[in-house]
Amino acid sequence: MIAVAAVSVLMTGAAALQLARERSYPRSIVNEDTLYITSGNALRRMTVGYAALAADLYWIRAIQYFGDIRLGVESRADASDYPLLYPLLDLTTTLDPRFNIAYRFGSVFLAEPFPGGVGRPDQAIALLEKGLREVPGKWEYLTDIGFVHYWWLHEYREAAQWFDRASGVPNAPWWLRSLAATTLAQGGDRASSRQMWESVRDTADNDWLRGSADRALRQLLALDQMDELQQTVDRMIRQNGPPPSGSLIQVRGGVATDPTGVPYEVDASGRVGLGRKSSLFPLPDQPVHRVTPAS
Amino acid sequence: MRAIGWIAVNVFRESVRDKVLYNLVFFAILLMGASYLIGQLTAGQDVKIIKDLGLAATSVFGLFIAVFIGIGLVSKEVEKRSIYSLLAKPIDRYQVIVGKYAGLVLTLAVNMAIMTVAFYSVLAYMGWKLHAVAMSWEAPALDPALLKALTLTFVELCIVTALALFFSTFSTPLLSAALTVGFFVAGRLSGDLRNFNTIVQSPAAGKLAGAVYWVLPHLEPFDVRAQVVHGQPVPAAFMALTVVYGLLYIAALLVSATVIFSRRDFK
Repeated sequence: MIAVAAVSVLMTGAAALQLARERSYPRSIVNEDTLYITSGNALRRMTVGYAALAADLYWIRAIQYFGDIRLGVESRADASDYPLLYPLLDLTTTLDPRFNIAYRFGSVFLAEPFPGGVGRPDQAIALLEKGLREVPGKWEYLTDIGFVHYWWLHEYREAAQWFDRASGVPNAPWWLRSLAATTLAQGGDRASSRQMWESVRDTADNDWLRGSADRALRQLLALDQMDELQQTVDRMIRQNGPPPSGSLIQVRGGVATDPTGVPYEVDASGRVGLGRKSSLFPLPDQPVHRVTPAS
Repeated sequence: MRAIGWIAVNVFRESVRDKVLYNLVFFAILLMGASYLIGQLTAGQDVKIIKDLGLAATSVFGLFIAVFIGIGLVSKEVEKRSIYSLLAKPIDRYQVIVGKYAGLVLTLAVNMAIMTVAFYSVLAYMGWKLHAVAMSWEAPALDPALLKALTLTFVELCIVTALALFFSTFSTPLLSAALTVGFFVAGRLSGDLRNFNTIVQSPAAGKLAGAVYWVLPHLEPFDVRAQVVHGQPVPAAFMALTVVYGLLYIAALLVSATVIFSRRDFK
């Protein structure tokens, strides 16, 4: 009994000292952007048969790494970009070449511009092509490459070709064929973008992909709303002159807000834009290009 | 046969007395903790990660048992001098080796059976909790094919046990552990030796590597965990060939261990 009490007192004392030290000398955050092993094949051998488990650990590390920097971007102005994200995803998929989600989520993280992602559509395509080398008939990867061409590179003809390839895979969904045709005919307009993302949302096999499609659809809705508001703002500028930067827009129901409830702002040049705190920020480049239908 | 049975039961009892089955508690805590934490740490693929973790943990925990108990099966009897009273009884030396081996295999079998039940229980819970996203899984949560991976893991552990027993007949426990782990790692990577002659210039080195390739245990085929988790087929013929290979290798090790043990002079 005395021993238990003594251990309790000692442990409580140690915890109190630790607390005092942490308050006086807060631990400095070291941004450890280091990968000790960069060769996936070497790592595969070092795991001695437990490569799948190692892939899981690298996948968790990739998610945590992405999340840490993403949160850092929101709280600090000096946050870095994501230099290790592609190497981490590459290692994950080398250790477990059939790690489906690492290819699909990874390509989304890589393609989206900073701060939402790395802003490297080329790396996103490279990752998905690596997945295709492992599973050549995976229509999801073919479609995802098409999305990257469509959404981030605005290369509608290439996007249509990838959608067409995906539609030729056995068991691919029926809508891919019409998506390929629509993309080729009307690529770049918001209606076809909306159709594309609605198809993704309706056939998504997990919550994360569904959420990603939902976000893209909200961004398209925001673009429509901003066009309407821009007309109102232009009228006001003609009557009253340019408003101060960061002004909010008053409409009949109150302040005009985007689909997430964050108010729209008008900059010094009179352009309507999203508030920086909106989860829809940044918007993709407005799809305006058209391609001539192939003969 | 009865003598072998008695020795096996005693090895099993000794393992239980040595608190070997405590590792089952760690296994259960690991899986239950992971099933809760994984959802917080990753974006999806919870069931895949639990399967990877459960299968790897089964293998690693079994490996610890096979190595650390296997190396003491004979050497401990010699160290404690209890080998004299054992050999004074009307039993052959081969019966001692086979009985000791059977006892440890029995320990492993009981251990793996309980771990399999715990593993499937956690997967059943995960399957129930995440049934809304079940269509995105490559294989169902309660996939019977997992038993194929577990079966091959068990046979692999039986080979490791035979290796540990073999080394313990002529070596110290520390050296036996080092040799067993070394052979396990080499066995997992033995496939690389097959084409060694294409990357070395010396023909002698190439031939030596080729010879080592055929002598080392080929443990790589026993690892079908990734295929099973990704819903890839593991043909019955492949299973049969791998298991029979394992049994032949075990028999060779036990015969070798018996020969060495029979020639040892304990005076």
